[in-house]
Formats: sequence, C-alpha cells, structure tokens
Amino acid sequence: MIKVEGLTKKYAGMTAIKDLDFTVEKGEIVGFLGPNGAGKSTTMRILSCFLPATSGRASVAGFDVATQSREVRSRVGYMPENVALYPEMRVQEYLEYRASLKGIRGRTNRQRVNAVKELCSLRDVESKLIGALSKGYRQRVGLADALLHDPDLLILDEPTIGLDPNQIRQVRQLIKDLGKRHTILLSTHILPEVEMTCSRVLIINRGRIAASDTPENLAARVRTAGGVRAEIRAEPSALEKALPAVAGVRKTEIEALEDGWCACTLRTDAEHDPREAVARLASERKWPLRELGREQVNLERVFAEITQAGEH
Amino acid sequence: MTFLTLLNREIRAYFLSPVAWIVLFFFLLLTGFNFYAGVAALNRGPSEVTVVEAFFNTVFFWFGFVLVFPLITMRLFSEEYKMGTIEPLMTAPVRDSQVVLAKYCGALFFYIVLWLPSLLYFLVFTWVTSLQAAGAAGPFIGAYAMLLLIGMFYLSVGCLASALTRNQIVAAVMSFSAITLLFFLGLLTFFILNITPALREMTAYFSALEHMSEASRGFFDTRPVVFYLSLTAFVLFLTFHVFQSRRWRS
Repeated sequence: MIKVEGLTKKYAGMTAIKDLDFTVEKGEIVGFLGPNGAGKSTTMRILSCFLPATSGRASVAGFDVATQSREVRSRVGYMPENVALYPEMRVQEYLEYRASLKGIRGRTNRQRVNAVKELCSLRDVESKLIGALSKGYRQRVGLADALLHDPDLLILDEPTIGLDPNQIRQVRQLIKDLGKRHTILLSTHILPEVEMTCSRVLIINRGRIAASDTPENLAARVRTAGGVRAEIRAEPSALEKALPAVAGVRKTEIEALEDGWCACTLRTDAEHDPREAVARLASERKWPLRELGREQVNLERVFAEITQAGEH
Repeated sequence: MTFLTLLNREIRAYFLSPVAWIVLFFFLLLTGFNFYAGVAALNRGPSEVTVVEAFFNTVFFWFGFVLVFPLITMRLFSEEYKMGTIEPLMTAPVRDSQVVLAKYCGALFFYIVLWLPSLLYFLVFTWVTSLQAAGAAGPFIGAYAMLLLIGMFYLSVGCLASALTRNQIVAAVMSFSAITLLFFLGLLTFFILNITPALREMTAYFSALEHMSEASRGFFDTRPVVFYLSLTAFVLFLTFHVFQSRRWRS
C-alpha cells in the first residue's frame, strides 16, 4: 500500500528525514514511533501530498505522491497532528463540505456524513460551531473528516493527543476496528498505544528507520538481553562481589533501599536465566530475599534502547 | 464541481465573519455620504457634471474605494496559512488552480454585493427628482463596468499579496500600497516637477482615476478594458505560482 524508497526531506539548513526506506502492506496497522523531531510528521505529510520530498520516491496504492498527487489524495484519509478547522462552521456543515470536496455528492454525501458522525460519536455536537468545541471533539471531527471518503489508507498523526483517558480508549478501539478494513499508518509517542493497536512498529530516529518489527518481537529482542530484578537484604559491598559471579550475568546494578534492603538489577545473556542461581546464592549466604523476577519489558525499553543507541 | 464547493465555502466564509458585515456597514455609510455630497454639490447651482460623474469622482469615493480591497482580500490565503487549515484543504483532492480561482471569485462576489446598494441611490434620485439620473444610460453603464473592471484587477492584486504571507496585516499593507499607487498614478505626476508631457500621458494611461472619470462621462474606450482584463489574468497567474511555491519554500 505504501512504498517509500530513499526518501529525503531537507528544510532550510536541516535534514528532517534521510534516505528513508519502508513498505506497508495492505491491511496492516503500522505504528510510527519516534521522539520529537524524528521526522514522523514530515514523512506523513509527504505521504499525504502536503509536502514534496527533496529526493527519493514514495507511492501510495501504486500512485506516486509527487506526480499523481490527486489520485493519492483521493485514496488517503489524513488527520494532521494539529487538526485545523474552520471555527465559523458547524460540525455538520463542515463534514458536508469536506465530503463534497472529496467528490462525495448528492445522497451519498448525507450517508457518509451520518456514518462518520456515528463512528466518531459526533451526533451530540453536529449543530455546534466548531470554534466552540473542546479539543477532544475537534480531534474527532478531524478523524471523521479523514474517514469520509472511506479511504484505502488512513494516515493519522498522533490521533489520541489531547484526549482524556476515556476518549483515548474509544479512539484506540475505533482504530482497531478500522484496521479490519483499512490500512493504517499512525504515529504516536504513547507506547502502550502501539502495543495495543498495531501489527507492526516502525521506529524512526533522527530521520532514519531504527527498527521495524512486530511489537512482540521488538519486546522479545529486549527481553533476550533483558534483566532480572531481585530485592535482597545484605551489605551492598557483599552483593557487589557475589552477584557478578553468577553464571551469565554481564552487568549488575545495586541500589540501596530502606532498612538494609538492596534492589539488584542483573543484565544477562540471552540463554541464561539466573533466577535459580540467585535464589540459591541468597539461601547459602542466609540473605533474606523478598522479590525475584524478570523485569517487565515493554516497548518503552525497546524504544529507549534503540533511540539512545546512536546518541553518543 | 469541486470549484463550486470551494466557491460556496469562500462566499459563506465572508458572510459568516463579522469583518464582512462591518465592511459592508461602513462602506454603505461612506458611499451614502458620498452620494449626499455629490447631490449637494449639484444643488449649489448649474453644473456640467451628472450625478453619476459627481458620485464616482469625489475624494470620499476614492478613499472608500482603495481601502476596501485590502479588507476584502487580506484573509483569503493568509488566514488559511496561519490557522493551518491549508493542510486539510490541500490534502483533499483539489487542484491549486481551483483553490486560487475559487478564492478570487469569492472575493469578487463580495465586491459586487458591496456595490449593489449603490444602485438604489440612483433609483431614489430618479424617483425624487423625476430627472433621469445619469441623463443617459451610457455614463451609468460605463461607470459600473469600470467599477467592475478596476475591481477585478485590484482584487487580484490583493489575492497575490495574501498568497505571499501568513500575516493578514502584512497582506493588507502590501495590497493597500500597491493599489493606492496604481489608482493615483495619474495624480502623482502633478507632484513631480520637470515631467515630460509624454511621460504624463503614459502614466495617465495606467491611472484608474482617469479611467473612472472618462467612463463616468459615458466615454467608452476599449484600451482600459483590455488593460484590466489582461492584468487581472496576469496577476492571478502570478498568484497561482506563488501559491504553488509554498511547497518548495517550506
């Protein structure tokens, strides 16, 4: 559905994205992840034909974004990061206008507007002025607009930003449902969002793709190099001597807690599970042990590890 | 069809904003007073000018006239840039040319609406005085045709200024300066010493003031018609390219 080859975008004196390559297949929900200024919005703006690339090619559904821009635009539903709307229009009026702009006229116009209002729960505010809407509702109007022409590809730039927890849950569920019929590329800062909704994650950092995999695989990648956490009551110096000797441990971090307890984090090789050895060690030395377990790995870690790797 | 959708939205945007109504109100006030002044001047005694000529050639008319274009056009593109609504607009399957033309035609529509009430003045004049307002249809048609022609050109200048910047005030200042200069070009030569008659004649050719004074006497000349139509087309063409260049300037 999306094919990007060697895409580069330079702003005056600054490279936003550099030689980007990736593809998105039909039916995928792809999460686009990266720190601020990584080039997520720039990439999405190029794919939605709002900005031209400096070099490289990008195509959507087989149409080139630079030369066949109107074909692309009529197949893409794009929701920008800051949803900008005409404040003097009413919600209903705005959606009808947008639908007509996208070539949906006559009776279908009404039908589509009603359908997206239903999907995005906008019924209550249909006759309100957009200028009087809260951020959450505006966000939903933006999403409704993106859905109007039933596009093959949805590009959503931070769709849940500025929503309250309830609305975030609703929008996530909506995205999941939409993913059954549409291809979706969405960007976000919020990692659980990607874990919950996406079938694949693209991590972009400093204008390059840093990783591309399923959320599970990415998590596993870190888990294999992951850690074990133990809370033991002992002298930190004694722990510092004993723990690195456990088979497979590469690195230990010891942090003194209250009442003589220490929190120990052990980094190990992929093939070793040091939990048993740590438990044996504690019982041999008669050290009280109150917690022993694998570290909870989430994308947060993957993200931190991958994006910080190149920062030295 | 896309064009009509865009045009519809442009026209609605005018009448949904308070600025339009304020402009309409004060413009009516100004033209009303202008008309009163014209009639009062005629009342003082025998005169060589008709009421149409008196109406379209006073200082009040000029001021209101040049001021109205920046007010009509300044928001056209600048507002969309500033608010960011340009992003949803240009990611919909529309052509750049459709957007430019729709915005221009929307402005032209508002401009025409602005002048409609003034037709009433002449009707009232005929009714009250039972004199033929203009004496003949010539000056009447000539003046309004010239109003439309000059308006078309100045609106395109305003469009260009608005397409250049995201700041409405900057757009207004730019178009106001350009339009004032163009309108008073004929007068300007009176302030410059050692001007040759040939140069004076040339500037008169560009001067809207002269065109207006001739047209309101019922004098029909094809030169200003060609002049304004071709300039309008040219400036709109420039506007189109400036609008397209936003992609490369970003």
